[in-house]
Amino acid sequence: MKRRTFLRGTLASSAIVTAMGAGLLAPRTVLAAWPEGIMKAKDVAGATGGGAGEASADIKLDVPNIAENGAVVPVKVDATAMSGVESVSILVDSNGNPLAATFIIGADGMAFASTRCKVGKSGNMVGVVKAGGKTYHASKEVKVTTGGCGG
Amino acid sequence: MRVKAKAKGGVIDVKCLFKHPMETGLRKDKKTGQTVPAHFIQEILFEKNGKTAVTAYINGSVSKNPLVHVQVKGNAGDTVKVSWKDNKGESGTEEVTVG
Repeated sequence: MKRRTFLRGTLASSAIVTAMGAGLLAPRTVLAAWPEGIMKAKDVAGATGGGAGEASADIKLDVPNIAENGAVVPVKVDATAMSGVESVSILVDSNGNPLAATFIIGADGMAFASTRCKVGKSGNMVGVVKAGGKTYHASKEVKVTTGGCGG
Repeated sequence: MRVKAKAKGGVIDVKCLFKHPMETGLRKDKKTGQTVPAHFIQEILFEKNGKTAVTAYINGSVSKNPLVHVQVKGNAGDTVKVSWKDNKGESGTEEVTVG
């Protein structure tokens, strides 16, 4: 049990890669690898495992200025200009759980990710890239006309 | 689930369209007032020629029927396999040859 407590602690405070490792080691259900700690984090610092790092012009973040439908907001993060990229994450800082997706880049994978997110209210969309042990980000404000979290 | 993989200049664009409700577990049913249980894709694995290229961990805040686009180094003729799992343990796999 001590080991598990230790891993949980690590999960909350360390980098995504470490969090993943902990996720793999901790005894869980079928989806052992899903990094629950960062996925359920309530703020950007928790979701990135220690903050979004410094801004980088090498990260191209493509999001609309105005999203009419917050349920479907296209977002594209292109960090192919950077080398040694370990992961690319997409965050919506106005959402209760900011982390929408994190892409772990392996062999032959490129630092590129694009998907569509739900955005509850206007706020910043953040692309976070981990490369060479450092964290970089790019963010852009998106205005949402109709919120995407229903209910 | 549909997977499209096209190579251009040594880069394969892998675009996948999943059919999935992507319920966050926070939304309330307007008629009953009951919370709709969480049901969303958590993990998508992209493999090229049998080797893991990208692992994506997905949260409930990705839109329903998600479209996910990643890039992998490679050429036409390579095989790309995409597998997914959701929080209820449902899963799917599709393998395509890069065109």
